[in-house]
Amino acid sequence: MDLKTSVSTRAIQYMLAYLFVLVSLYPIVLMVASSFKTNMEIFANPLSLPQSFSLDVYRKLWEVVPFGDFLLNSVIVSVTSVVLIAVFSAMAAFYVARFSYRWTGVLYFFFLVGLMIPIKLGIVPLFLLMKNLGLLNSLWSLILIYTASGIPISVFILTGFFRTLPVELEEAARIDGCNHFQVFWRVLLPLIRPALGTVVIINFISAWNDFFFPLIFIQEDALKTIPVGMMVLFGEYETDWSLLFAGLTLSALPMIVVFLLASRQFMEGLTAGAVK
Amino acid sequence: MANIGVPKRQTITPKGRFRWIVHLFPLPALVIYAMFVVYPIFSAFTYSLYEWNGIKQGVFVGLKNFLTLFSVEPFNTMFWNAFGHNVIYFLVEMIVQNGIAFALAFFIYRKLRGSGFLKVAYFMPRLLSVIVVGFLWKLILNPNYGALNTLLTNLGLGSWAKPWLGDPDTALLAIILVNCWFGIGFAMLIFLAGLQSIPEELIEAARLDGAKGISMLVKIILPLCMPAITIMTIFTFIQAFEAFELVYAMQGSMGEPFRSTDTLAVYFYRLAFSSAGGGDVAIGLGSALAVVLFAIVASVSALSLYLMRKREVQH
Repeated sequence: MDLKTSVSTRAIQYMLAYLFVLVSLYPIVLMVASSFKTNMEIFANPLSLPQSFSLDVYRKLWEVVPFGDFLLNSVIVSVTSVVLIAVFSAMAAFYVARFSYRWTGVLYFFFLVGLMIPIKLGIVPLFLLMKNLGLLNSLWSLILIYTASGIPISVFILTGFFRTLPVELEEAARIDGCNHFQVFWRVLLPLIRPALGTVVIINFISAWNDFFFPLIFIQEDALKTIPVGMMVLFGEYETDWSLLFAGLTLSALPMIVVFLLASRQFMEGLTAGAVK
Repeated sequence: MANIGVPKRQTITPKGRFRWIVHLFPLPALVIYAMFVVYPIFSAFTYSLYEWNGIKQGVFVGLKNFLTLFSVEPFNTMFWNAFGHNVIYFLVEMIVQNGIAFALAFFIYRKLRGSGFLKVAYFMPRLLSVIVVGFLWKLILNPNYGALNTLLTNLGLGSWAKPWLGDPDTALLAIILVNCWFGIGFAMLIFLAGLQSIPEELIEAARLDGAKGISMLVKIILPLCMPAITIMTIFTFIQAFEAFELVYAMQGSMGEPFRSTDTLAVYFYRLAFSSAGGGDVAIGLGSALAVVLFAIVASVSALSLYLMRKREVQH
């Protein structure tokens, strides 16, 4: 597109755009840089760069809180729930998109209703439900709630995608002797990979970063995920800023690394469904 | 958009000996979703109609919890105090977050060099957990050793330095601005997608008719971008009325200082889970508040769903 823009307008646009890069990134850079500074350095000048580079504070972090446990719990919970969401939602979406019984429309609507439910408002019944199921202080409480709350948006995205696939593919596969399960698993799943990618990214980020549900469901330190683990750290080592910055950096790092590896997919994934 | 070129919905009829198996496909999703999303929300509605002693359900009391919530001190004052903060949350995010995001999206749309990098940079904060965002900014905004006050002093603006989170006049605004920092990248991408979906012929035609600069922006581009703006407005509204994590991370469940940062969701958490407000947990009242909050948020997201579906049909 060519909208004639004067040089000065252009310059202002560049200036503002890159100025805002500073606003976006500086706090993150500050977080990483501060983790390499001693407390004395931080308190004397919060803005200065670290004078030496040492990983001691990270070693200390590993000793004072069970960060390894937090990390492992986060991985277990996020990966398990994302896999369950992807498989179950794809199965449900396949059914809704491909078969026309009287109830498939109703079923699809029932899933869509979930898009409007702010599930955190059901936390009291959820808490009592988990208590009755004996799942408090268990990673399963988190896996189940993340899976359940991720299903509506995932069914929505996947159903839309299934409907774009030509039905002839399945018919051909069936003529070749595949049963419904084989059609789904061997023919359709590979085809919906782009939409599955979106589903995985959306749900992985929200499971990985959530701290509301573990705050309610998990009391035992060894079972905490990284975000609530940060609450433990900030509760006990309030004045050790170097350690706090190190904890924040380590919490943010895995997601930032994954993002940098696949930034386009991340940005497309997270905005999918919003502007369709 | 993905639906372009698909004439109509295609379906198949199950055949073969094991055709009943297809009915098992939606079951796992259905069971988990019904049990851990639909049932709890439904229960919250019924809970609000009962009296509660701690976590033990008492007798049916009809709408008494709602009456208490809106007419008995201190509950009603706390409700309206928090409600007002949610409204401010929404308005500030609309102006600051979405305003800046639209400007940035517009710059990128006009083909600034390095747009790939710009998008990644703006989006980066969105990757952090809200608790990390909250804790990080709490350190940055610290009155004694925080980076912001030091920066202001170094720039010769020392008189602007403040205990941002300790002062009831600035605490809420500080939290909302942190939320804007977190959300701008996402909003920018939504607006950019909206801008990029404007057919070039329309812009070209308007240009030939003499539209340029501000008039092009206001009369042509903004109206054509309305779908993206509408969706983002709805997202912002929902997010503002569900605001909990950031306030909790930065100011605790009491909405310190002096409830100046309290929001409905934080108030709900306090009623349902902490006895810090004096007395026992109040599940009946908490559930009533949840229902009210649900009504506010769900009606607006129903609208968003309607708009999304409508657009899908148009495509």
